[in-house]
Parts: sequence; structure tokens; C-alpha cells
Amino acid sequence: MRKRHLFRLFLTVVLLVGVACNAEPEDAASPTRATVADINPTTTAAAPATTEGPTTTVAATTTSEPRSEFPVTVAGVVIPEPPVAVISLSPTATEILFAVGAGDQVIAVGSASDYPPEAPVTDLEAFQPNLEAIASYGPDLVVISWDPGEVQAGLETLGVPVLVHPPALSLDDAYLQMRQLGAATGNSPRAERLVASIQAEIAELVAGHAVPERALSYYHEVDDTLYSATSATFVGNVYSLFGLENIADADAAEGFGYPQLSGEYILEADPDLIFFGCALWCGTTTETISERPGWSGLTAVRNAALVEVDDDLSSRWGPRIIEFVRLIGESLAAVAGADRQ
Amino acid sequence: MTTPPGAALQPVRLRWDWMVAMLAVLAAAALAGVTIGPAGLDPWQVLRELGGGGFVGRAAGLSETHRAIIWEIRLPRVVLGGLVGCLLSLAGAAYQGVFRNPLADPYLLGVAAGGGLGATVAITLAPSADARLLPVAAFVGALAAAALTFAVGRSMGGRSAVSLILAGVAVAAFFTALQTFILQRNAETIRHVYSWILGQLTTTGWREVLILVPYALVCGSGLVLHRRLLDVMSVGDEEAESLGVSASRVRTTVVIFATLATAAAVAVSGLIAFVGLVVPHTIRLLVGVSYRSLIPISAVAGAAFLILADLAARTVASPAELPIGVVTAFVGAPFFMAVLRTTRRYVA
Repeated sequence: MRKRHLFRLFLTVVLLVGVACNAEPEDAASPTRATVADINPTTTAAAPATTEGPTTTVAATTTSEPRSEFPVTVAGVVIPEPPVAVISLSPTATEILFAVGAGDQVIAVGSASDYPPEAPVTDLEAFQPNLEAIASYGPDLVVISWDPGEVQAGLETLGVPVLVHPPALSLDDAYLQMRQLGAATGNSPRAERLVASIQAEIAELVAGHAVPERALSYYHEVDDTLYSATSATFVGNVYSLFGLENIADADAAEGFGYPQLSGEYILEADPDLIFFGCALWCGTTTETISERPGWSGLTAVRNAALVEVDDDLSSRWGPRIIEFVRLIGESLAAVAGADRQ
Repeated sequence: MTTPPGAALQPVRLRWDWMVAMLAVLAAAALAGVTIGPAGLDPWQVLRELGGGGFVGRAAGLSETHRAIIWEIRLPRVVLGGLVGCLLSLAGAAYQGVFRNPLADPYLLGVAAGGGLGATVAITLAPSADARLLPVAAFVGALAAAALTFAVGRSMGGRSAVSLILAGVAVAAFFTALQTFILQRNAETIRHVYSWILGQLTTTGWREVLILVPYALVCGSGLVLHRRLLDVMSVGDEEAESLGVSASRVRTTVVIFATLATAAAVAVSGLIAFVGLVVPHTIRLLVGVSYRSLIPISAVAGAAFLILADLAARTVASPAELPIGVVTAFVGAPFFMAVLRTTRRYVA
């Protein structure tokens, strides 16, 4: 069981905390950022010139958004004052905090938080959080995605409120966490707008994709030892938006949702699409997949329906989930195009 | 070992009855291994495909995918499982003989942990190096661990079974700590190593099998050739010397072969526990304490055991897989306890 435990820790790192990061804010990132930026003028309408720098944004948010609701209770955690020294050890929470306009309230983020670029990265570790190191920053709100021991209890003894935002299991979980982080930092209106814009954009992307004549099946590869994710997981939920059938769902294993599939099962299931992560860490490419023994005959390989998925995009349940949804939509369009030819 | 003096000096020949029985078990295990799997192929068609067109006619109705499943996934996996099980059982039996210690096992002696450390260091320092060299790196680590365990165990006094195992546990803890430290410092290799620590028969076709075969041939024949000397060793170093056998030289040679066998198995399949302990002891209960029978029959039985364990690993939770180490311990431990209870004549 120890090995299992170790592996879960490891998966937590790779899948959820998202250490495997190569996210450069490329072109793909811009639509999301534009979405967030679109919200800005309305939020800060009272002070139009304030979206330029962090210091002026502070003034904007404090003036335009009354924080009289404090003290607030978020997920059972009481936050007495609007926090001005937030620490996030969760890469997803970091992205959400910046997207809801609380970026200037963040004083430190964990070493795995690589987005957005302006996030104040420190060497604080999310994997084995150190109470003393966190406390030394003098935070007034700490957000973590998992508590390996007594982080929450320990910090609360010091009077620091701690929000534990575990990996979302569904889009609704993700929206809830966005709203909670908005409320906890006094940015509720912007959090609401962020959620609404993500929902609208996802609905548009899903509605815009051509419905194939038969349900397409897919295999989501977490890493090259054939670990996969069922529809019960967050990624699986996102694929389900498009009505895709997950070959890993044949695994009835309850709970974890990340089964290691047998190689021969994948060959027999013969998925229409293969989405693979771990490109950076495992060195998985479309070529390495095609060269696996027996895989060259797979429908997905013959149709070149192998899609590389950025581990950060698929494993974080933050605002950039739109980019992951868009990637799936584009892949489906490509497969549909190939079918017609 | 408190074997009655003289018992091991009986000119016990290889128990052919048991050998034939174990070979039959191995054949049955291999047959089950290739005909059963998550892909639900018709066993009869699999046999026809494997039998080849010359004998019973090429199997019709099998797609290219099904052929790939049989030839590129199932068959290499069964062969790999057999080789790994054979090597681990041989190593366990050899350690037990040469240290005259019933608890000697690649894991309790720290040898597996040493192999793990060696492989981890190699993966960290040279991630792009040829996979065929991984067993060599594992061997260096394993040999260092074996030497350290033996040196510490002996300096703790006498030949007590406890001191050697205590030393082995300490060495294993130390090497595991080093390995964990290296992993923590090198996050980029953590994924590669963790999947390997889980212990599994990875299915990248015949590559692992080809890596393992030379080691299996060398270690297997080396240990089988030493089976008579192990019988002589079992009466004690001084007695062995009086019979003209250099105990320390035999011990060194056998430890090197057994350690190389462990390292090779560990390098391709990760850490699969319990095989080296359970298989030789079970065989000892069945066929007696003579290494002339024990070494070759353990090798065959170990191969059969691991093939069956792997069959369980990939079918019980199908289409998901279980780590094979979980299966070997889950099945092996209760079975071993049952054998211990029902066989009162066992002397350790």
C-alpha cells in the first residue's frame, strides 16, 4: 500500500499540482486572457486607466468593489478582513486568483505556480508544505490544494485562515472554487463574471462542433505507462461535454478514476482519438505512440488522430480550461474533416 | 540452518518427479498466460495462431490487431514474467544456501534496494543512456549493498540469522533513503523512477526480454552449476573446507551470481517483492533441503509463479492493471503461511 500511496502522491504532483509545466503564454493563451481582460473595463469602469499596473488596480478594486461583506465565511472558513497578503500553493488557485482580479493581493505563490507570469513565485513547496516557511511571509489567507498533514490546523492556530481547494471533479466544482476565491478576496462580482464568461465560451465551443454520425471513442493517456482517466475525473468530464466515449470507463474501479490500462485492452478497444499528456516528462510524441508494438494498426494512429495535451491545461481546473476545451473541439473538427475525405 | 547433520550429505539427486511436475505447471501457466487476457480473444484461436500455419492451420478471423496483441504484448509479457520469476527465485534460493539463512532474500538483504539506488543514479545522471546498461548500474548498487550487509552482519557477531537480516534491513533503509533523496532533488526523473518502483512487467514488446536473456543465461547456469557446492556449504564453513571446498570463494561467486540475477530482474521489472523468499521455501517443503533439487526446481517454479501472478495482475481488475508486487505478496503470503502450518516437519 505504501507504493500505492507514493504513486498517489506522485500522481498528485503530476496531474493536479501540475509540476509538469511548460506553459508559455503563447497565442493559445490569449483568448482566455482577452476574456479576463474584457471583464476589466466593466469592473474598473470608475477608473478607466487602472488596468495598466498592479498598484493602480489596487485602487480600482478597492474603490469600485465595496468590501463591506467582510467578515465572510467561505467553505466554513471565516475571513475577518479583506486579505492583502494571500499565499497560494495551488497552481490552479493562483490562476484563479489572478483571473478574478485578486492578483495584487497575492504576496507569494508556490514553486509550481507558473502562470500567469506575473505571479510572485517563491520556493514554497506545495508537495510538502512547510508551516514555518509559509508563516514567515505573514499571510492573512492561504490557499492549498491538498493538506498532507496539519497545514490547515497549524496555520489556523496562528490565526491564518486556510482554504483547501482540492482538485475539482467537475466543471461545477471548478466554478464553485472560482466563486469562493472571489468571495474570500472581496472580488465576488468579478468571479461571477469570470464564471459566466467561461460557461458561455464553453457552451459556444461545444455547440459549434459538428456532431459526428457515430459517437467517437477516445483514450486519454496520462503517461506512457498507460495510466488513463475515466469519465469520473475532471478531464473525463470535459471530454464528456462533446459526447465522447471514454475507453477507460470499462474500468469499474471506484474512486480514484485513474486506472492503468492493459496494453492489449487499448488495442482491442481501438479508440478513434488518442489524447496524450506527459509529452515533456515522458517524451511521448505522435511518433513514439505510433512505434509502440502493435499500435500502428490502431484507427487513431492510421487517421493521425493523436493529440498532444498540455499537462497544465488538462490538469488544472482554472480559467485556462477553455483552451483545453478548444483543443478538443479542434481535434474533433480535424477528425470529422478526415472522415469526409 | 539447523538441518540434522548429515542430512544434506546424503547423495540426493535431482528429484525428477518434482522437476517434471513443475515443468508441467510452468507449461500450464504459460498457456494460461497467453490465452487469457483483457482483450477477450478466443483461446483456441490464440493457440492456432501461436501454433503457426504449419500445424493446425493459421487462425482465421484474427485481425492484425489481435495478432499484435498475441505476438507483441502477451507473449513477450509471459516470457518476461517467467524470466524475472526464475531469476528472483534462483537468487533467493542461492542467498539462503550461501548464508545458511532461511530469511535471506533479495529484499531483506538490501540487495534489491541497492539495485534500485543504482538504477536511480543511472537514470538521473544519464537519462538518455542505453536501457541495456541499466542492469549494470543496478548490479553495481546491488553488489555494494550485498557486500555492506554481509560485512556489517558478520561484524555484529557470529552467523546468527538475526544479525545478517538486521544488517540487511538497515542497509535497505539507508539505500532507500538515498534513493528518495536523489528523487527529491531531481524532480524531472521522479516520474520515470516511480513507475518503475511500482514493479511491473512493462509491455514494450520484446525489448526487455532481449535485455534480460543474457543475464538470465549467465546467472542461471552459474547458480545451477553451484548446486552441489551449496549442499556442501550447508554443513558449515569448516566442514566444507575439510571436504576441500573453499567456502569463502564459493560464497563470493554465488553471491555475485545471485546479485547479478537480482539486479537484472530489478532493472527491467522494478521491485517485485516476496518471490525470492516464498518460492524457494515452498519448494524446500516439497522436495527437501538439497540444493541439487532446490535450485533447478525453484527456478522453474518461480517462473510459473510470476507468470500466474502477472496473469492475475492484468485480469483481476481488467481492463485496469494491478501492480504485480501487490499480487505476489497478496497471494504469496497467505499461501506460504498455509504451507507452513500444514507442514510441521519444516526446519529452518
